[in-house]
Amino acid sequence: MSAKWPTWKELPLGATILEPGNASEYHTGEWRSMRPKTDENVCITCGVCWLFCPDSSRKLAPRQKKHPESPYMQYYDFDFNYCKGCGICARECPTGAIVMVAEEG
Amino acid sequence: MIDMKKDFGIYSARLLPQEELFTPGHRACQGCGPAVALRLIGKALGRNSVIVNATGCMEIVASPYPHSAWKVPWMHVAFENTAAVASGIEAGIKVLRRKGRHFTDDRKINILALAGDGGTMDIGVQALSGAMERGHDMMYICYDNEAYMNTGIQRSSGTPMGASTTTSPAGKASLGQKTWKKDLPAIMVAHHIPYVATASLAHPFDLYAKVKKGLEIDGPAYVHIFAPCPTGWRCAADMTIRLCEMAVNTGIFPLYEVIDGKYTLSFDPGELAPIKEYVRLQGRFRHLPDEEVERLQERIHENFYDLRTMIQCQGR
Amino acid sequence: MAARGKRVGMEVSIAVAEAVKYSDADVIAAYPITPQTHIVEHLAEIVADGELDAEYIPVESEHSAMSACVGSSAAGARTFTATSSQGLALMHEILFIASGLRTPMVMSVVNRSLSAPLSIWGDHTDIMAERDIGWIQFFAENGQEAFDLVIQAFRVSEHRDVLLPAIVNLDGFNLSHVIEPIVLPKIQKVRDFIPPYEPVYRVDPDKPLCFGPVGIPEIYTEAHMQQNEALKDSKTVILEVWEEFAKKFGRRYRPVEGYRARGAEVLLVTQGGISETARIAVDRMREQGRKVGLIRIRLWRPFPFDEFYEAVGKAKVLVVVDRAISMGGIGGPLAAELRTALYHRDPRPHVVNFIGGLAGRDIRAVHFEEMTNKAIAYAESDSVPIYEMFGVRE
Repeated sequence: MSAKWPTWKELPLGATILEPGNASEYHTGEWRSMRPKTDENVCITCGVCWLFCPDSSRKLAPRQKKHPESPYMQYYDFDFNYCKGCGICARECPTGAIVMVAEEG
Repeated sequence: MIDMKKDFGIYSARLLPQEELFTPGHRACQGCGPAVALRLIGKALGRNSVIVNATGCMEIVASPYPHSAWKVPWMHVAFENTAAVASGIEAGIKVLRRKGRHFTDDRKINILALAGDGGTMDIGVQALSGAMERGHDMMYICYDNEAYMNTGIQRSSGTPMGASTTTSPAGKASLGQKTWKKDLPAIMVAHHIPYVATASLAHPFDLYAKVKKGLEIDGPAYVHIFAPCPTGWRCAADMTIRLCEMAVNTGIFPLYEVIDGKYTLSFDPGELAPIKEYVRLQGRFRHLPDEEVERLQERIHENFYDLRTMIQCQGR
Repeated sequence: MAARGKRVGMEVSIAVAEAVKYSDADVIAAYPITPQTHIVEHLAEIVADGELDAEYIPVESEHSAMSACVGSSAAGARTFTATSSQGLALMHEILFIASGLRTPMVMSVVNRSLSAPLSIWGDHTDIMAERDIGWIQFFAENGQEAFDLVIQAFRVSEHRDVLLPAIVNLDGFNLSHVIEPIVLPKIQKVRDFIPPYEPVYRVDPDKPLCFGPVGIPEIYTEAHMQQNEALKDSKTVILEVWEEFAKKFGRRYRPVEGYRARGAEVLLVTQGGISETARIAVDRMREQGRKVGLIRIRLWRPFPFDEFYEAVGKAKVLVVVDRAISMGGIGGPLAAELRTALYHRDPRPHVVNFIGGLAGRDIRAVHFEEMTNKAIAYAESDSVPIYEMFGVRE
């Protein structure tokens, strides 16, 4: 963290943090050593991976899956800023569409 | 049993609120069970909420200066007094509203006291008991990862018998935790509060519904959430949700609600699964010989059958 | 200055509870402990009778009392509690948190000794174990002070430039359980004197904030500096409030009060109720032609260095009477504080420390005379002990 630390006069009273939810400035994605990969042909866009991710690292994507009976199948993208590579999504995916692969670099 | 579709209109992940009140960027371990719980709790809470959080994993990972992972008002005071602080906030909001000084609209402000098994079942029991007895309009959620994880995996009264922790280690003269897991939900039921429930991460809609129900009720509500910790349980980081499902199917962690003193099973696993697979997936049980696992299973199954029988025999 | 209001005889504990009512407190979270019980009982009555619109939380311990007070103050409510002795000790960890989180509130501490051995009787052991908590601390000498200080404490504590919790100390039994004449002002006048509490930061869904984060090493020092400076600077606000109180209510309060202190060569130094007994001793010694006076420390935290130096003047001997002992070390906490304050002064008086009046043991005027004589003898022989226990059966 290279933020400038406040002086004793600048510090909000009681060290209160004034920006709620600013933890998202910190990219926990740098921790990971494995990353999830989705095969979109197998994915049924059920959202289970989104549901169980401890780090909210899945979000609804603008892309939709073409399906004759359902116009509501929207894919989920990964947010690799935060994904810690735990593998829960791969484990819980009901169709096995997600696999964990080694993080490059 | 909760009818998710009828009561809450939720039968798919897509229908849950998309907003994350518990933001990413928190410093929890990979695969953290309590973090999943907090995300779901955040969705049930909504923005008109105040959270009091005990010292512990979820407090530390969510508030390292200058970062806060909560988008709702959040307060951390100490380890054992979450319920007492929440009582004070509840009283403060109530009286300020009544005297016309602040909070003068009539929207309900949810007050949530959040603590781990350590901060609830051990050091926090007194404050919790007091708050529940006094009947404050608040909810208390215990995220149970079965040990004091934040300080390095020491035992709590929530640690299951036979588990190895740093203060109940398995050794040449010991098989780990010597005592049975304390039944905090039963203690809560004994306080005659309107709503007590147990929930598991593997049953996320049920968890969401229970939190919502407890928040809607007037008076104190308590929800006990089974939330595995891969780091402390020495299991693979991706097994968090699997272990919850196994815990429910084996009868280790029964899912139920107690509304005004009446129990309902939220999910009856039918014939209980053997606990061996559950146990062998976790390093904290590695030292247990098969006979010991058998003995534990016997007691777990007995307890569950007793619970089921008790529920069937209820007069009302 | 003429005192304004109705003069009523009442038990001092009841007067303290009345002061809380006059101040229009919003939340009271308290746990009973002798000798504070009459305060919380009367407050419960006041609320039950509808005389005060407040939430009364009958908490299950003092630790929870202080915790609930922190929560209630964070919500922006005017908050009060009271305790003594073991109860104060039980609150200990939360006391630091209350001041660190800048949650204003007022607490009446009815001073009582600390176990072991168990004692319900009065001395200053309980509060002297809490010097470092970062709270504003006052010592009341009589019932009127106990009443007035609570009202003033709300005003000071909630002031925008202060935002620190405040303690009003009163002696257990010797003060709490005696009936004294209290001048009661008109209740509306008191309520006009204390403006409504407007917190800088509040627990509020319309403006979400994060209270009590992890104070990493990069900021902890700054947080403490800020808090300490606020406590030191609160003296300015305290003096302003006392000035206004004098104008509106006719009673003037000062951080250090002198009694026949000007020109005195020997000064008794006291805190709390024994000050009144000390005055009798001073009068007697003055009659004998001795240049003895009394100063008493009303404002304990922030310590009023300037006013103390002024009150000491050119006195050669201070006879400091402590009602608590710091075991195995500096002896009397008050004397130790004064010695430190005087260390760099030149010239500085001898500070002779007697520890007495522990756990309800009486200190009478004649004892003050004995202590004064002993102190003078020590000073003249130029070998003053660090402290001495007074009145011990050998």
